[in-house]
Amino acid sequence: MLHVESATADETLAQFDDRRANLIPILQEVQATYSYLPEDVLRKVARKLKVPLPQVFQVATFYRCFSLKPRGKHVVQVCLGTACHVRGGTRILERVETETGLTDVGTTPDLQFVVETVRCLGCCGLAPVMKVDRDVFASLEQTKVKGVLNRYRAGGLKRPARKGGSRA
Amino acid sequence: MIRLTINGTPVEVERGSTLLDAARLFGIPVPTLCHEDGLTPYGACRLCVVEVGAGRLVTSCNTMAAEGMVVRTNSQRVERARRLLLELYVATSPQSKRIQDLASAHGVRACRYEAAHEDCIQCGLCVRICNEQMMAGAIAFAGRGKSRHVARPFDQTSELCRQCGACLYVCPVCELRCQAGTADTTLCNGCLNFAPACFQSYDDAMCFLEPCHACELAGPFRADARTSRRAASTAR
Amino acid sequence: MPDHIIPHITDLEALERYAIHGRASLYPERAKIMVGMATCGRAAGAEEVLEAVREEVEDRHLDCAVAETGCIGWCSQEPLLDVWVPGRPRVTYGRVKPKQVRDILAALPVPRTDLALALMTGDDNPVTGRYHSYCDGADGHVDGVPTYAELPLFRRQLRIVMRNCGIVDPASLEEYAARGGYRSLWRALFSRTPLEVLQEVLTSGLRGRGGAGFPTGRKWQAVRDASGGPKYLICNADEGDPGAYMDRGVLEGDPHSVIEGMIIGGYAMGAHEGVVYVREEYPLAVARMSEAILQAERADLLGRDILGSGFSFHVSITKGAGAFVCGEETALIASIEGRVGEPRPRPPYPAEKGLWGKPTCVNNVETWATVPVIVARGGEWFSRIGVGQSKGTKVFSLVGNVANTALIEVPMGTTLGDIVNEIGGGIPAGRTCKAVQTGGPSGGCIPAAKLDLPVDYESLVQAGSIMGSGGMIVMDDRTCMVDIAKYFLGFLEDESCGKCFSCRVGTQRMKEVVTRIAEGKGREDDLALLEDLAWLVQQTSMCALGQSAPNPVLSTLRYFRDEYLAHIRDHRCPAKVCKELITYAIDPVVCNGCGACVPLCSGKAILGEKKKVYRIEQALCTKCGACLETCKFDAVLVN
Repeated sequence: MLHVESATADETLAQFDDRRANLIPILQEVQATYSYLPEDVLRKVARKLKVPLPQVFQVATFYRCFSLKPRGKHVVQVCLGTACHVRGGTRILERVETETGLTDVGTTPDLQFVVETVRCLGCCGLAPVMKVDRDVFASLEQTKVKGVLNRYRAGGLKRPARKGGSRA
Repeated sequence: MIRLTINGTPVEVERGSTLLDAARLFGIPVPTLCHEDGLTPYGACRLCVVEVGAGRLVTSCNTMAAEGMVVRTNSQRVERARRLLLELYVATSPQSKRIQDLASAHGVRACRYEAAHEDCIQCGLCVRICNEQMMAGAIAFAGRGKSRHVARPFDQTSELCRQCGACLYVCPVCELRCQAGTADTTLCNGCLNFAPACFQSYDDAMCFLEPCHACELAGPFRADARTSRRAASTAR
Repeated sequence: MPDHIIPHITDLEALERYAIHGRASLYPERAKIMVGMATCGRAAGAEEVLEAVREEVEDRHLDCAVAETGCIGWCSQEPLLDVWVPGRPRVTYGRVKPKQVRDILAALPVPRTDLALALMTGDDNPVTGRYHSYCDGADGHVDGVPTYAELPLFRRQLRIVMRNCGIVDPASLEEYAARGGYRSLWRALFSRTPLEVLQEVLTSGLRGRGGAGFPTGRKWQAVRDASGGPKYLICNADEGDPGAYMDRGVLEGDPHSVIEGMIIGGYAMGAHEGVVYVREEYPLAVARMSEAILQAERADLLGRDILGSGFSFHVSITKGAGAFVCGEETALIASIEGRVGEPRPRPPYPAEKGLWGKPTCVNNVETWATVPVIVARGGEWFSRIGVGQSKGTKVFSLVGNVANTALIEVPMGTTLGDIVNEIGGGIPAGRTCKAVQTGGPSGGCIPAAKLDLPVDYESLVQAGSIMGSGGMIVMDDRTCMVDIAKYFLGFLEDESCGKCFSCRVGTQRMKEVVTRIAEGKGREDDLALLEDLAWLVQQTSMCALGQSAPNPVLSTLRYFRDEYLAHIRDHRCPAKVCKELITYAIDPVVCNGCGACVPLCSGKAILGEKKKVYRIEQALCTKCGACLETCKFDAVLVN
């Protein structure tokens, strides 16, 4: 089991006060920091909020955005919303699984990718849709999947440098 | 006091009574699986449903009696719901005597599903007794939907567990296990035909059936029916 | 408005100053280039287009403003770029690629119309009831380019909720004010009593737009009358129905409309705190809403003593964590309280005992966004739109196998057929419409034969579906309805909170049976079994998720029973979807050996040599369909 840097965990938790209502936002922050919920951090959370560990565990396993196992470096989310399903979303998922060598959703053995399904990214007008990290790929064809994944194998998309932000 | 009508009879119950309390007060049997006196009602098993007003089924264990309610505990709708639910329960955990008895009592004659042999029907009794009676809270549900289950966090017994065994004691599936788990049929119906499935399959099976006298006198347990059935089962 | 001067809006004059600045940026005295930067625009590549625009403007030292805008609803044409020049119609360009930007902007300050998709000659403002012409009253027509008013996609729409989406920069409070924003709040706080505001909402006949369609005025009344406090308002932006993104469109395109609606609601009901619960899968919506709340706070439109009225209201955001069931109001409340999203039995309703056990009003994004317009124009005006008991308009996400996938807003009572064929442009690729699915996983499929159905709450229920949140998925003849039932059941068995036996086990067993049928292993009595299960789950589940879970099965059984029977009796999938019942083969007569399909085959099942006829090895074929998609010669057959 990975032992997480105690200092980082404490810093993360210190941002929140000890109210039960903060449980989910705290877990979301931990998930964002570590890309999963490490066991010892969850134990810290339980102590901090004075909530029994079984209840923290219950919340951590109920919601899909949390993972108890380390996730792959690149998060591949294939949308299986109805519009995407009707336009071939399942085939996209199968193709992703073939290309990553997985038989089901999960993390690849080399920890490069974690493949997940999502039930709606809200881009239904451009179905089928797949998201890798923060990049959304719309109107996807299954034959293009390999190319998209390869971009991440080689180290990520090249993005144009931004000159100046959008109007505040 | 609250005035309501149960099965056509006007009755009065104390404020704060549930429909289940009211039914039991007047000796009306309502089947339950996840209910236990002394624990908060949970409403998970759905077996205690009764019909309120014009055709709405509600769980009697956690519905408060309200002024003017018209309640029917054994209507066609209710019986159909109980039968269909129990058919599913038998398929989920055929090894539970409690469930098999309930199924037979409500006329479940066939089980159209493949048996799943689950050890848990998620009635929540273990979680609630641990939390409310034993004040330990060492186990809780985890997951959601089809992956929901009763769990020890991280698959390790929590330090909150005092090994009291209350969870085992209160479990309706563990309570008394039939051997029918690997028998040919999913449904026992032993008390209905007194040819329990497990006796056919195991020499050392034990059966705790309690056929009622109605079956003895008039039903399938009649003397003449018994002989012909025994002949049929030996022939198999 | 210079950033370092943030005037507090303490009176109508201050609000008007904001509006003046907003008008100056909405309708500047120089050219303005707008790029649609909502999530679907970005998914289609709008960020690169915006970048290209900025570069072009800088390189050529063009004197024009560059602005981002929200979703105008023309999703199939994203990325959308618009050029607005004073005195001329706004010109829309669709499916813009970064390398086309130079050409599109080549003739500035005159906008090119030869590459244009459509012209907007002005904009409507339902808050003020006025139309603002871009062409100083002139016609603005250009030969060969349709105007929005002429386009079938837009001409039937009546944009009340979507009034500012695609028009304003969602990050601009000034532009929102310029469009009449926060005037309704002013009117409510200073010229109306809370009861009068409540009455307007009651008169309007507005019904909850989240799916249940409960009369909003009655809900507000119940919260107002409830004893105890403090009272809370919740904006349900969980939008879990797959295929629905109406709320996303509003939050990303016009977040202030929701804030204004909530403050007005707080005033009417005596609540001082609001929570916007947004699903975490919508990071841009969360960002836009956060920004808008900050702006409103800095301008004293939120906080203590709003606009000097003495009324105080605060709004915070809570993110969802990935659970469809949290769209159900009691599960949503549990989630805010830091617990699992398990619904609670009702009664007691949230209006009586909601968040933290206090009276709470939960309404959908669209419902809140409608409120300012009702206060501005009156409940009676609103009640004249729509039909029967379904007043006003509804936003729909029209998606699936339809030509114009779009976010549309139409008056209640518009027929399904008009929506699919006129607004949606019909079914592409020469296929025919088979069914339209509404209401998400709680809804049903309406067959093509019933497309004359008016879209209103009651008619949809009678037809075996529900209005739901507004997802409308068009399905063509290549859709297998057994597969659709299986799809929805798979969704529901995952998303069920799992507490009650009927829903948890019922959805799993229904899925088991439908899967069996889809795989060709169905039994003759399986349909009766499905109907029994459906009845049980509907009658004995605790919450609306379970109670409506059987709807997809029931509606497909009602209208497409033959399809089920074909799977069971003939082991045939008429739509050629169910994998176990189809085979892919290459027609030896047609195949010319080009080999294009070979590298794309996921099972490496296509064997042969170039220039010779290929064949598919059935044992290796995964039925992925890539060969069918790729073959330009129609040589792939599906049997």
